[in-house]
Amino acid sequence: MIEDAPPPSSRPLFHRLGLRDGAPIDFTIDGRPARAMAGDLLITAILTNRSDLRRFEFGEAMRAGFCLMGGCQDCWVDLADGRRVRACSTPVEAGMAVIVEGRRA
Amino acid sequence: MNATSSPRIVVVGAGPAGLRAVATLAEAGLKPTLIDEARRPGGQIYRQPPAGADRPAEALYGFEAGKARALHGLLDRLGAAVDHRPETLVWNLFDASLDLLGPNGFETVGFDRLVLATGAMDRILPFPGWTLPGVYTLGAAQIALKAQGVAIGRRVALVGAGPLLPLVVHQYLKAGAEVVAALDVTPLGPKIRNIFGLLAEPATVAKGVWYTLRNLLAGRPIRSSVRAIRVEGDGRVEALAWTDAAGREHRIACDAVGASFGLRSEAQLADLAGCRFGFDAVTRQWIPVHSAAGRSSRADVYLAGDGAGIGGADAAELQGERAALALVEDLGRPVDGGRVADLERALARQRRFRAALEAAYPFPTHIAAAIGDDEIVCRCEGITAGTLRRTAIDRDVAEMNRLKALTRCGMGRCQGRVCGQAAAEVLAAARGVEVEAVGRLRGNPPIKPIAVKEALR
Repeated sequence: MIEDAPPPSSRPLFHRLGLRDGAPIDFTIDGRPARAMAGDLLITAILTNRSDLRRFEFGEAMRAGFCLMGGCQDCWVDLADGRRVRACSTPVEAGMAVIVEGRRA
Repeated sequence: MNATSSPRIVVVGAGPAGLRAVATLAEAGLKPTLIDEARRPGGQIYRQPPAGADRPAEALYGFEAGKARALHGLLDRLGAAVDHRPETLVWNLFDASLDLLGPNGFETVGFDRLVLATGAMDRILPFPGWTLPGVYTLGAAQIALKAQGVAIGRRVALVGAGPLLPLVVHQYLKAGAEVVAALDVTPLGPKIRNIFGLLAEPATVAKGVWYTLRNLLAGRPIRSSVRAIRVEGDGRVEALAWTDAAGREHRIACDAVGASFGLRSEAQLADLAGCRFGFDAVTRQWIPVHSAAGRSSRADVYLAGDGAGIGGADAAELQGERAALALVEDLGRPVDGGRVADLERALARQRRFRAALEAAYPFPTHIAAAIGDDEIVCRCEGITAGTLRRTAIDRDVAEMNRLKALTRCGMGRCQGRVCGQAAAEVLAAARGVEVEAVGRLRGNPPIKPIAVKEALR
């Protein structure tokens, strides 16, 4: 059986340049385990694991943030505990359960 | 209010302007409150990484490391002389009070005098593919590197219309990132023609020339007069295409694009304060008017830094101090006249430099004029240029707030920060009028989204 190629979103977008080091931080994206680094903002944590972070509400498209300075509001993501956070200004926390494509539990 | 009681003084924004303002106020014996959305001071230009992602100042800020370190150390040095409120959003200004949302929830703070140092963000114009995952502003590309030590992609294309472009290209190359294209949508000619004006700030020009030469030596020269940029990709960025000055088509594979076109003032609070705005014909933006000393049209509100018209970080420090001295003087307290004169001379030089810089990087009208009907202008709500143009004609809309009411362009989460200027260009062109004639989007509270849940705590 031929398997489908992985969706483009499964490849990371942000690229770590090896400029800093930090303890690993485990969290989940749509229930699947993912790994970030201490010092990561949530947007970095997500986009070093995949290429987008939320659905666009008004069409078939995904979004991955845009300004990284809290202005454009493009990177608000859902957490499984009911919180909505702006990924470019929120540090990743161990155990955070990010919902990108799945519905909230 | 009498001069001997202690007036309530609030400064909004902990970038170079706000930090210099609180230092000056504290030195005058006043105890200012400094409110800022970020955890750590510095603003965007001297943004500090979050705890755990620290790197040496030289690595983060290059030539500006000394300035960054001095500003970052200010609040520690001032100690209890400043009431610093980090991680606090000012989401409303009404009369003489500010509504805040911070770590401890909602709060209202009154002021007798207010300094707004609210900074800037990238100026954005839509182009094909600009909402694809992997397309960021140039400022975002820089922040990813500075605050997180990451590049926005493995193969990055950078596009700009201002001095941020050579700097970010240099920073990416120096950090070991792969920059596959460096494109300036403005021509080279005006940069050469305005060299004498630019030399009002010779050190700044020298740095710009140095970045440009380093980029050239690294094999990534900046291509000028680039037109018709478009991003291609299915679900994410796969390539950037453009047309060069000679009309030749180019296409390069990449997985991320950092693109924006200069800067735009963040002036929502000045708007809510009722400050008078004026149209700046060079940058084609509405900015709150102020005197050279930073006094706004409202007696108790002072303006400093890029939020009051783009001037850059060095000008912001000078303006922060100058506005604070104006405030001190207006309270009937003594100020050092010699220092005021020095600041005004330095600010006049900065203004000459800025005028030359704006002329060197003219507004890219060709990008605005090329926005296609299918292109999303309002990325929050997905409103296209075609919808704006049809509404402008069919519903006889001549003004931005009417356009917003009928199309929801500018009504989304960003409140028009991203789409406002492009939408005004589209509306003005559709109506065949000057962009000044269509006005500007009014600010509305909350100026950034706040969770209703917070209000119920």
